[in-house]
Amino acid sequence: MTFIAKPKVAHPSLPKNPLGFTRRDYEGALSTLCAGCGHDSITAAIVEASWGLAIEPQNMVKLSGIGCSSKTTAYFVSGGHGFNSVHGRMPSIAMGANAANRALTYIGVSGDGDTLSIGLGQFCHAIRRNLNMLYIIENNGVYGLTKGQFSASADLGTKAKKGETNFQPPIDPVLLALTLGASFVARSFSGDKEQLVPLIQAGLKHQGFALIDVLSPCVTFNDHEGSTKSYAYTREHYEPAVHADFVPLQSEITVDYQAGETLPVVMHDGSRILLRKLDAAYDATNRSTAAAYIQERMKVGEHLTGLLYIEESQRDFHDINGTPDAPLNSLPFESLSPGSKALEKVLARYR
Amino acid sequence: MPAATPRVNDFTIKIGTVNGTGSASANTLLMKSLFRSGIPVMGKNYFPSNIQGLPTWYEIRVTRDGHVARSGSVDIMVAMNAETYARDVKEVAPGGYLVYDSTWPRPALLKREDITVFGVPLARLCNENFNGVRTRILMKNICYAGVLAALLDLDVARIRELLAETYAKKPQLVDSNMKAIQLGYDYTRANFACPLPMHVQKMDGTGGHIMIDGNTAAALGCLYAGATVAAWYPITPSTSLMDAFKMFGDRLRVDAQTGRKNFAFIQAEDELAAIGMVIGASWNGARAFTATSGPGISLMNEFLGLAYYAEIPAVVFDIQRVGPSTGMPTRTQQCDLMECAYASHGDTRHVCLYPANPEECFYMAVQAFDLAERLQTPVMVLSDLDIGMNDWMCPDLKWDDSYRPDRGKVLSKEEILKLEKFYRFIDKDGDGITARTLPGVHPKAAYFARGSGHSQYGAYTEDSAEYQQVLDRLLKKWATAKKLMPRAVIDATAGASCGIVSLGSCDGAIREALDVLRARDLGVDYMRVRAFPFGEDVEKFLAAHEVLFVVEQNRDAQLRALLTLETEVDKAKLRSLLHYSGLPISSSFIVEGVLAELQPRPEIEAQGAARG
Repeated sequence: MTFIAKPKVAHPSLPKNPLGFTRRDYEGALSTLCAGCGHDSITAAIVEASWGLAIEPQNMVKLSGIGCSSKTTAYFVSGGHGFNSVHGRMPSIAMGANAANRALTYIGVSGDGDTLSIGLGQFCHAIRRNLNMLYIIENNGVYGLTKGQFSASADLGTKAKKGETNFQPPIDPVLLALTLGASFVARSFSGDKEQLVPLIQAGLKHQGFALIDVLSPCVTFNDHEGSTKSYAYTREHYEPAVHADFVPLQSEITVDYQAGETLPVVMHDGSRILLRKLDAAYDATNRSTAAAYIQERMKVGEHLTGLLYIEESQRDFHDINGTPDAPLNSLPFESLSPGSKALEKVLARYR
Repeated sequence: MPAATPRVNDFTIKIGTVNGTGSASANTLLMKSLFRSGIPVMGKNYFPSNIQGLPTWYEIRVTRDGHVARSGSVDIMVAMNAETYARDVKEVAPGGYLVYDSTWPRPALLKREDITVFGVPLARLCNENFNGVRTRILMKNICYAGVLAALLDLDVARIRELLAETYAKKPQLVDSNMKAIQLGYDYTRANFACPLPMHVQKMDGTGGHIMIDGNTAAALGCLYAGATVAAWYPITPSTSLMDAFKMFGDRLRVDAQTGRKNFAFIQAEDELAAIGMVIGASWNGARAFTATSGPGISLMNEFLGLAYYAEIPAVVFDIQRVGPSTGMPTRTQQCDLMECAYASHGDTRHVCLYPANPEECFYMAVQAFDLAERLQTPVMVLSDLDIGMNDWMCPDLKWDDSYRPDRGKVLSKEEILKLEKFYRFIDKDGDGITARTLPGVHPKAAYFARGSGHSQYGAYTEDSAEYQQVLDRLLKKWATAKKLMPRAVIDATAGASCGIVSLGSCDGAIREALDVLRARDLGVDYMRVRAFPFGEDVEKFLAAHEVLFVVEQNRDAQLRALLTLETEVDKAKLRSLLHYSGLPISSSFIVEGVLAELQPRPEIEAQGAARG
């Protein structure tokens, strides 16, 4: 049950972030997912990333739709408001919430069913608006809560637990996002915390829509022989294209990279993301070659991971709409209602 | 030829044209010049769901008594569309007049002996005086305004003044339009006895009034109420509400220094997303709204249920059009009463407001935001195409500068700090309304909004007692809502046992019908409900009358159904008068309907008896 709070015992030796919070302060209710679920690892990565970025917990807004993945927003940052909405419609809630208050940090957690089937339309349009949020897909290729049906991300030829084979081609959120013009596209694996944490941090800092598709095996319905989203299969076909390190503003660069191998990308607030190429052919700032390379590796069965595309110059929703820097929900009524004199002028047109 | 008795400022003109030929500007010109001459007018546009080519009509009622509904008959027909000549001729009341384009002879038109036919060679006149096909077609329509000006004795100087205002930036258009007016005017004066016995005379009946459509008025209401997030998906007949909000916002909500807009305007990918955005924004503390029509409400059902159960404000304008399904998108009805009242699965009920005219659209828009935030629930404003898209004469809209929005129970940071712990759904005040908090204020106030079963502490639950406790508290909130709703408007005479119950845009026709019925010494009371849930005043009126005519514009008697479900009224007392042709209801329909019941002709009674 999600109302069971974790006991908060803060050991004095626990490390604190600049706000004085320990990692425990970024946790949430106890998970009710199956033991070993990939989603719980992603939750842990979100906790780590938020603690590392020292975000005020109340400034985090957690949004989700319906499904196993969507439950996880209750399992991190209990000091932030959460909204567990309806199936596939989280992007519209996020859009409205962001329109009302652009100053908060929005993180949406969805699944492959929630995003790629019932919610495909809203997902696409959130990308088109370059809605400023981090959107994580916890992708396991299967409907868990309804007990094992294929999702739209199930690979061709993959086998369900009951033995059926999938003959419909998958929708790949990463390729889809790239073709829709997304400004931040990444893929990772729930079991790779080292890669996932800096990606989440970069995504939270990105000014615009940041997508991270996280392969997250379902231990109950999709972790068997014949499944292409099992732990074993994923580890075997996992291919980091680029390694990302997130460097918060005013932090020292502690990792020593060799010149020519790293590409620093400056985020809107001045913090940086360092991309270390593992494959010489990969360029994370070129949309078309990135898409071609992802597809090429896909043909040989490899899940290319890392920050696959980034573009920091794209205008987000508020920039295009021309809204003020101050959140709309903070504007005083006097600045919103034009008053009786202005009304008289308006009415002159209707006489 | 019937004897010509003068009828000043009291008749109906109907103009039949082809969609997309510019007749709208001619009709607006006629309406406004009447209005500016101090003569009350009513205008109804019957347009097709089409961009160009299908028939379209415009009805202007010149009404010295200030009626706002259709009379039900046509005195002067301007038949500009060959395709609809036959039916247009048929529709003219005996003793009436028909104007047609005599460039092409139409002997069939002259078959009616009881009307007067005027042939004006409009096309020929325009072909001789203007160049270009497009201009000739447009000018032909302006030209009939000149014909009517001559026949009705309209002030031509007034028309020029209006043209000069409309085309302030394109003065050459003033001259060409005026030329077309003059062509029609001069030809008519030269060939027919002008003015007709039916004509206009300047009066002083429009002071302190404006001509405005309900969608524009509602948009102004949203702007004045302080709405900052508007999300929508285009659908007739609601689109002009959003267009108007944007237009007013771009003029009145732009920061003079920075040029930034103090509102977000989002064209959504569909209605599902539009209502989602409204809910997201309202949850996050902005006043947010959407506008749609019946098909959009169908799509929004799921989210409306979420907002009801998760207790999130939302303001939704439903500009009703003819259903079911796509129906007739450009015709009017009141057919979403049930849909809006009970939108979504499970035990859900929604607050609905029923404006009767553009003036009420303005005030109820403001009220809708106050109620939505006070009650933390969706509020639907059920306008319709007739109110929303037609220009109505109504009293000047007034704004009280001392108005401040009722944001409801939203805890401030100071209030949160005083709490030991915050629980989202604990009813501290006993009115069923619990305090909410906004994101970003304090970590202690964080909660999880959800559509799944929850306890009063806001936590997920599958426990029967915890679930029921919240559901029962929502009923208590519903009882509070009843007390906050705008009262019904009641027109009661002493001792009448018969009453009319109605809502929304039926109002004008009913008030005119009441005058007619009372002039015949028939005591009939009237109650116009203005909101759902119904309050005590509604119960009292229903209880105090023996016979109640429920007048509404749909086939299935939806208001009657709501009354039988939600009040104590004896169903047998409620008799329906249902108008669902897609045209706005007329006063004559109501008069005839009531008379048929109250003064039954013997043969009808006999038939009724035979049917058992």
